[in-house]
Amino acid sequence: MSIREDNNRFKDIVKGKVKEEFRKYVSQGEMIGKRENEFVKIPLPQIDIPNFRYGPKQQGGVGQGEGEPGEAAGEPGEGQGQAGDQPGEHLVEVELSMDELADILGEKLELPRILPKGHKNIDTVKTKYSGIAPVGPEGLRQFRQTYKKALRRYITSGQYNPEDPVIVPIRRDFQYRTFKKVLQPQTKAVVIYMMDVSGSMGDEQKEIVRIESFWINAWLKKHYKGLETRFIIHDAAAKEVDENTFFRTSESGGTLISSAYKLCQQIIEADYPPSQWNIYPYHFSDGDNWSGEDTRLCVRLINEFFLPNVNVFSYGQVESKYGSGQFLKDLQKEFPDDERIILSQIENRDKILDSIKEFLGKGK
Amino acid sequence: MANLTPELDAERIKIKKVAEEYGLDCFETIFELITYDQINQFAAYGGFPVRYPHWKFGMEYEHLSKSYEYGLSKIYEMVINTDPCYAYLMEGNMLMDQKLVMAHVYGHCDFFKNNIWFSKTNRKMMDEMANHATRIRRYIDRHGYDTVESFIDLCLSVENLIDRYSPYVEKSVVKADKPQDADQNLGLLKVNRPYMRDYINPPDFVAEQKRKQIEKMAEKHNRFPAEPEKDILRFLIHHAPLEDWQQDILSIIRDEAYYFSPQGMTKTMNEGWASYWHSKIMTQKILTDAEIIDFADHHSGTMAMAPNGYNPYKVGIELLRDIEERWDKGQFGREWEQCDDVNERKHWDRKTGLGRQKIFEVRRIYNDVTFIDEFLTEDFCVRNKLFVYKFNKRTNRFEVDTRDFKAIKAKLLFHMTNFGQPIIRIEDANFENRGELLLQHLHEGIDMQPDFMQATLKNVQKLWTRPVNLVTVMDNEPHLYRFDGNQYTTHKLGEGPQQEPPKPEE
Repeated sequence: MSIREDNNRFKDIVKGKVKEEFRKYVSQGEMIGKRENEFVKIPLPQIDIPNFRYGPKQQGGVGQGEGEPGEAAGEPGEGQGQAGDQPGEHLVEVELSMDELADILGEKLELPRILPKGHKNIDTVKTKYSGIAPVGPEGLRQFRQTYKKALRRYITSGQYNPEDPVIVPIRRDFQYRTFKKVLQPQTKAVVIYMMDVSGSMGDEQKEIVRIESFWINAWLKKHYKGLETRFIIHDAAAKEVDENTFFRTSESGGTLISSAYKLCQQIIEADYPPSQWNIYPYHFSDGDNWSGEDTRLCVRLINEFFLPNVNVFSYGQVESKYGSGQFLKDLQKEFPDDERIILSQIENRDKILDSIKEFLGKGK
Repeated sequence: MANLTPELDAERIKIKKVAEEYGLDCFETIFELITYDQINQFAAYGGFPVRYPHWKFGMEYEHLSKSYEYGLSKIYEMVINTDPCYAYLMEGNMLMDQKLVMAHVYGHCDFFKNNIWFSKTNRKMMDEMANHATRIRRYIDRHGYDTVESFIDLCLSVENLIDRYSPYVEKSVVKADKPQDADQNLGLLKVNRPYMRDYINPPDFVAEQKRKQIEKMAEKHNRFPAEPEKDILRFLIHHAPLEDWQQDILSIIRDEAYYFSPQGMTKTMNEGWASYWHSKIMTQKILTDAEIIDFADHHSGTMAMAPNGYNPYKVGIELLRDIEERWDKGQFGREWEQCDDVNERKHWDRKTGLGRQKIFEVRRIYNDVTFIDEFLTEDFCVRNKLFVYKFNKRTNRFEVDTRDFKAIKAKLLFHMTNFGQPIIRIEDANFENRGELLLQHLHEGIDMQPDFMQATLKNVQKLWTRPVNLVTVMDNEPHLYRFDGNQYTTHKLGEGPQQEPPKPEE
């Protein structure tokens, strides 16, 4: 069918295999979702053929509903067929549930399944419906099977009348669902996000962290039921905050990374015994630390506490205009080939996907 | 051909009969039952089974099938303006949905056949499109896929530069300029008393006017095109240095653009008309008791209007119903217009009963612009809570701007005129006497989007091959944009180009 040809051609263009000049009209940030209630909107790639058109924001339109002049009217709907004022904003969005999203992410980045820390799992008992039996509590009576059985009895005994297909089941037709108890490994997990909120981390850097953490959550949630998240911000001192504060706070002042690591250690020791929990500390900063001495302290904490106790320790360095980026280099020097620590450098938004792949690609 | 199940076909016959009893007059309509994948494919092709190969159809298909697979949207109905009319039903939809779609389709079909703006469309377009596809495939075989595709990309970039009203204008024979007729519009002053003639229009004044007239004629004669041209595609086909195959592809794109144009010109009316009839046919004759809830659910879903998006189905159906009611009650004409007693207007009912007749007349001769212009009333806007929204740069969001009737009407008309696209015409194809193309944007308060404008201008240059110029207003200043094949320059009108180095002193 010729639509397949056209479709493949389109996909090739989007992937940049052909027609380089079109790349700039392909909407960027393909997999970066934004969250609205429980759905996530992800944009589909789209190429706009340029033509003479109006800029949309100047344009406005006619809507319907309540609202006084000056109140928000939301974003113009798809029906308007208008586009944003930058090529990058020309997005067609689809809404997905978190679970579907994680699947797409996993498929796209070819992420391996996470293997929970095997020997440390605790087993829980779960009931699982597994079969059908002629006895059981009325609450588990299976209508369809019962009906079938009765129907079969009617037909074999010649009682069945197609003109008047009334089936009355008797006691021995009744079928019930049965269950058995199975042992399931309980997979509890906690993600502890730490972020540097000192003056050098700007809005763009925080946005990158927000997007990264969103995707990390989406992926981990798929593997661990009841994933918990904790948030720590730090400059020269660290404190635990809720999710909203985490992304909104801006402090000024120095940076002592060890303060966050110490607080993280306390939280783990208090709430998440490593024998029962899969633990994922993520730390994001622009790589500026106050002193070499503090960095040495951090390295010691990682070595002595984190690496033996957590699934994997992850550090993401978001490039900023002000940061020296030294911390990443220090860690690279200290842990050249350690499987238990993942280091990732995120230069800008376009590198987010690569970075997520680095973080999650090891299947830990 | 038609592959409806006996059950569906029985319903089709019933619905068709009801539609005819209501006075709908359709082409023969052939329904086909197809799978969701086929319907996505046809929809990607603009409703046609065969189109020329191009990635844009592949993109459309990708979007449609993705959103179907993710369960976000599905296409219930598709109908093609041809004779016989083809319409598609999706396999696996509920019977009630299928009936609703059929009733809706008969509405569209009646509209296609009877609305005057469709009178010039090719009713054998399905064959025509297939022929287009064959021709373009042949060019691909001869010149290579990439070459042809890139040229189609160029053509599509300018496909909206057509004159939407030109199909309805009788092509008159060009009148020879007769000098003796010219006397009449020399701009002489009117003289009632013959004896005053030489005083009111002294001979030297007459001579001066004549000279001016002749100059004007000569200038017009030298201009090319003589009149500004809105059908830029036609102009390029005739006058741009294109190869035969390029000329043919450009005219294919133009033909298809003109074919789809009336559907854009009547979107609100057409959807309103079809919705009016599916609602009438279904609720009065077809629905069973058990189906009414599903119908109401589906119907209201289609009619829903988000606070920030214009829904042509909703505005169309409401406006048609409003017209029907007004003409039934005699709420029109001088007496009605002049009545400003609120209470009297509210209970105004002259029992004229002309409503049905009126909406049939409306569907015959109006398009969206004239429809809104004539029938949108202040009462209607208040009742339907319409408002104008605009973008607030300070708060970075879209906000309700006003509920003023005139503003709403102006905004709607603006969006409908030329499909809410900028009107651009060729002023001069020999600009500066150097064979350059001069385009003019008839600016109506809204600037064009600069990045797209630049890219499009470059595409026009590739077709024209000589430098192209565009006059438009940007940030309240008239500007001339120029692309000569290498360099994109811009300058304010009346000043020199910004990027050209100053000429050396002689």
